Amino acid sequence: MSEGVGVDLENVWIRFGDFVAVREANVQINGGEFFSFLGPSGCGKTTILRAVSGFLEPSDGNVLIGGNNMAGFGPNERPTALIFQNLALFPLMKVWENIAFSMEVRGASAGERRKRADELLDMIALSGQGDKLPSELSGGQKQRVAIARALCAEPDVLLLDEPLSALDLKLRQHMRSELREIQKRVGITFIYITHDQGEALTMSDSVAVMKAGIIDQIADGKSIYDDPATAFVASFVGENNVFRGKVKSVSKDSAIIETNRTGNLRARISSDNQGKLKVGDDAMMFIRPEALDISTNDTSSDTRIKARVTHSEFEGQSYHVFLEGTEGKEMKMSLINRGEDRMYERGKELYLDFDANQAVALPAGELASE
Amino acid sequence: MKTDSLLIRIGLGFYLVLFFTYLLGPLVLMSITAFNSPSFPQATPWEVLTFEWFNVLYNDARIVNGIKNSFIIGFFTVILSVIMGLAGALVLTQIWPKIRATFYTIIIAPILIPGVVLGISTLVFWDRVNVMLGLPNDSFLHNGILLTVLGQSTFIASYCMLVFVARLQRYDLGLTEAALDLGATHTQAFRKIQLPFLAPAIGSASVLAFLASFENYNTTTFTFGKYPTLTIELAQKVRYGINPSISALAFIIVCLTVLFALVHEVRNRRVQLAIANGAPVGAVTSGFKLPKIFAGNPVAVVLALFVAVAVAVISYAQFYDPEPAKAIILQEKRAAQQLRIEELQRKLKDKRLQKNLKGPDIFNEGKSKIPKLEEKKQKTPFGSGIFSPNNLNKVAPGAETPAPAPKPASPFGSVFDPTNLNKVAPKE
Repeated sequence: MSEGVGVDLENVWIRFGDFVAVREANVQINGGEFFSFLGPSGCGKTTILRAVSGFLEPSDGNVLIGGNNMAGFGPNERPTALIFQNLALFPLMKVWENIAFSMEVRGASAGERRKRADELLDMIALSGQGDKLPSELSGGQKQRVAIARALCAEPDVLLLDEPLSALDLKLRQHMRSELREIQKRVGITFIYITHDQGEALTMSDSVAVMKAGIIDQIADGKSIYDDPATAFVASFVGENNVFRGKVKSVSKDSAIIETNRTGNLRARISSDNQGKLKVGDDAMMFIRPEALDISTNDTSSDTRIKARVTHSEFEGQSYHVFLEGTEGKEMKMSLINRGEDRMYERGKELYLDFDANQAVALPAGELASE
Repeated sequence: MKTDSLLIRIGLGFYLVLFFTYLLGPLVLMSITAFNSPSFPQATPWEVLTFEWFNVLYNDARIVNGIKNSFIIGFFTVILSVIMGLAGALVLTQIWPKIRATFYTIIIAPILIPGVVLGISTLVFWDRVNVMLGLPNDSFLHNGILLTVLGQSTFIASYCMLVFVARLQRYDLGLTEAALDLGATHTQAFRKIQLPFLAPAIGSASVLAFLASFENYNTTTFTFGKYPTLTIELAQKVRYGINPSISALAFIIVCLTVLFALVHEVRNRRVQLAIANGAPVGAVTSGFKLPKIFAGNPVAVVLALFVAVAVAVISYAQFYDPEPAKAIILQEKRAAQQLRIEELQRKLKDKRLQKNLKGPDIFNEGKSKIPKLEEKKQKTPFGSGIFSPNNLNKVAPGAETPAPAPKPASPFGSVFDPTNLNKVAPKE
């Protein structure tokens, strides 16, 4: 797995005039890793990708591929291949010519090119489609041709710029596993750009979450979800109930937050922030909807919230119950469908329990907008 | 309501007829004159179907030479203009946005400058360059073809650029980036990706440039030197009077234009049809499958009819000889002339008889001037201005004919035109 070529960003800044697109990015991507940049649109993740592929030079800092500084090397001199958001298949070339383009510019003969293209067509399960034009293929087929074209260049690093965003849901889910499959087979480093957290979490070995040019957290998918480093990550990845307040007391790995409307609640301090939260700091507490459960106990506790049902939704695998706490504090609870009827009526009063380990206390910060 | 819509329909139909008459009428009329025998281009009266004007055209060395020069100049103008236009368009689409508007204005200016000015300035500029380089007066910089190509290209390149800009706006720069990313050099990316994308625009820019060059007069008129183009030759010809060989040339040009337009349209439709039905484009662009095309493709049918008519006309021309018919018409003309002369003589006799009986009739003079002609020889007793020789000379030749002979629309044609008579006489 670690045989591939790694990519390092050392203190990379990218500015356009006064606008800072990427601020002090430090990333180490191991060889053979499936690495994702996750963030809302306009957060600078595509800019990072263009800096890696060589379409723009960082204003400051270095891009290293396989330990070599890439400064001054153009996109055609780097061992990278980029899969564009719109795929950028050459519309006037046949599919096989598209795939073998990187060999054509190196001067390979038509016979060689055709042979290699047919091999790759086999790999992406499009045998016999080589003589079509890209416009005659479906969205998913084009997708695979773009991947084959990039792989034909035998890059050390494959860069993917939201390649699935144009596909419909079913195909997207199918392509996710296919991409992962291909990555495991060829064993090269994949750097994947997406705003879709589902894609990032399911496919990646590591995920970097970006916000407005800043990388907030780099970790594997489970840590990103369960142990977010900032309020932004907690709110951007998955759904979360937010409770604002102040730190009332701190122990080594947990804190009691005096929330504005819901009283004192206990939460684990996320591992990146242990030792940083002080009593009296502005803090935020996050509880996932699926971490809440209905309590049979009605005594007050720092892991128990009292709330009133506003409405309920049934979504097949789970019920979503929307509640209102004291002073109108909105919350959402998700319950796995185990055959019980969880369609609570409006106005029903419930006590909600949570495990303090599944609640995360973080320093107050900017949240991801909906 | 019903009558209203009927009125609108009639009005619309009338308008359409009017519109197309205005648009195509001159072309149709002119095409007809190419096949009519009178030596002045005229559609009515129809005399005899003839192809001699095509022959005359073919044997007119100046016209043929003009066409040759036009083609040479057109060819080089296309090359120069397309290259300059493409370069300009590439710069325009990639230039820093802030100076794009300024650059555009500068590069589009030659279109707005009158061609006459461009012609003069081309002449003056290259003459100065010639002097500065210390070249002799007959150097290549005074060559008519070179100067005309340079002069025309100044503004035709701008037309080409507009065509390229329109195409380039639809070009995805990501394609060039993708090529670079796959290891292509900038030259390879341009040649293998961007240039093929621009191919249709290069085609249409070439056609546009050639047509603009072919029909250009006002710039060329200053620069042609020893190499007059077709437009120059035509303009010079018109000064000395024209014959229907020009109509014949125009007819050929119209036919070629229609033919190429139809072929292009048919091709377009086939490709579109293929795309709409999900068939690969290669299936229609290679190989000729006529029967399928005729189904639901009126343009193809029109084209087929057009070709059939052309073939029929040409094969008819192989054995058709208008000379006997012409001779008949000439005879008819002669006979009519003879009749008129006899009638004239009879009238003269009558007048003389009357005069002998009653003496000269003053009140009749205005209606018929023939008696005056006769009286001229006699001594006039009246001394009036009407009998002055100057006056008489003016009115005398047209006196009996109801309309002046040279007018082509006259019901008598040019039967009484003495020059005409001289022309046709030797052919008998």
